[in-house]
Amino acid sequence: MSYLYAAYIATWTIHITYLATLLRRYTRLRNEIAEFKGRIEDK
Amino acid sequence: MKRAFPILAVLTGVLLSYAMYQALVVAPTEQTMGDVQRIFYYHVPSAWTAFILFAINFVASIVYLIRRNAKADMLALVTAEVGVVFCTVNLVTGPIWARPVWGIWWTWDLRLTLTLVLWLIYVSYIVLRRFSSSGQTPLLAAVLAVFGALDVPLVYFSIWFFRTQHPQPVIGGGGSLDPRMWHALLINWLAFSCFGALVCWSRYRLEVLRRDFDETLALEALLEPRSSKARSS
Repeated sequence: MSYLYAAYIATWTIHITYLATLLRRYTRLRNEIAEFKGRIEDK
Repeated sequence: MKRAFPILAVLTGVLLSYAMYQALVVAPTEQTMGDVQRIFYYHVPSAWTAFILFAINFVASIVYLIRRNAKADMLALVTAEVGVVFCTVNLVTGPIWARPVWGIWWTWDLRLTLTLVLWLIYVSYIVLRRFSSSGQTPLLAAVLAVFGALDVPLVYFSIWFFRTQHPQPVIGGGGSLDPRMWHALLINWLAFSCFGALVCWSRYRLEVLRRDFDETLALEALLEPRSSKARSS
């Protein structure tokens, strides 16, 4: 049973890690866009 | 479209939960391997989903090579990335299943080795896309993807044409599967396919946003010297 749980946990760990990297990339891009907008408004 | 995404995400979540229930509770216990055989319901659908994504990557790369279409290029990138995630799941769950059944974590069997090679090809594809700044990168990546896709049928048919440690395929392999096991397998495949499609959708949106923003930055950089010159004169 421990192998079964290990496989299922490993599967979801991989998927969640990838989703977390996507979220991090979204956040970074959103910050870059906000920073750019701020720079444009200052000019 | 913005409203469709959360609805589809909830539906996929429900489907994934139902699929897990089918795999862990409803599907009968296999007589020889026992409960550890239930890894099958994650291992096989992950491989099938990865193969579909690599097939889409192959078609999108061909379209890019013919038409130099930016959307095809983005689709190729996205499917390669998500395909690698599913292939990783396949490569990780395989050894976890092999250890109690075969007594070993890994063997340099043809099916296993070709799957590892497939994973390495698409990891190289992603590394090429991520770290090369050349204008030719999409073209080189498309060529690599076309050659990489040749490994997919090799992986699938390796157990048909060669004697390997890996079991025969579920479809057309000659073995029989309990209808409840079939049901659990197909539900899990459907659930993982929907999940893969949703992740691809998010990744595609991110890529569109990233490219639009990079284009805006490039335009700004081009216009900036002119506007500062105009101001000084």
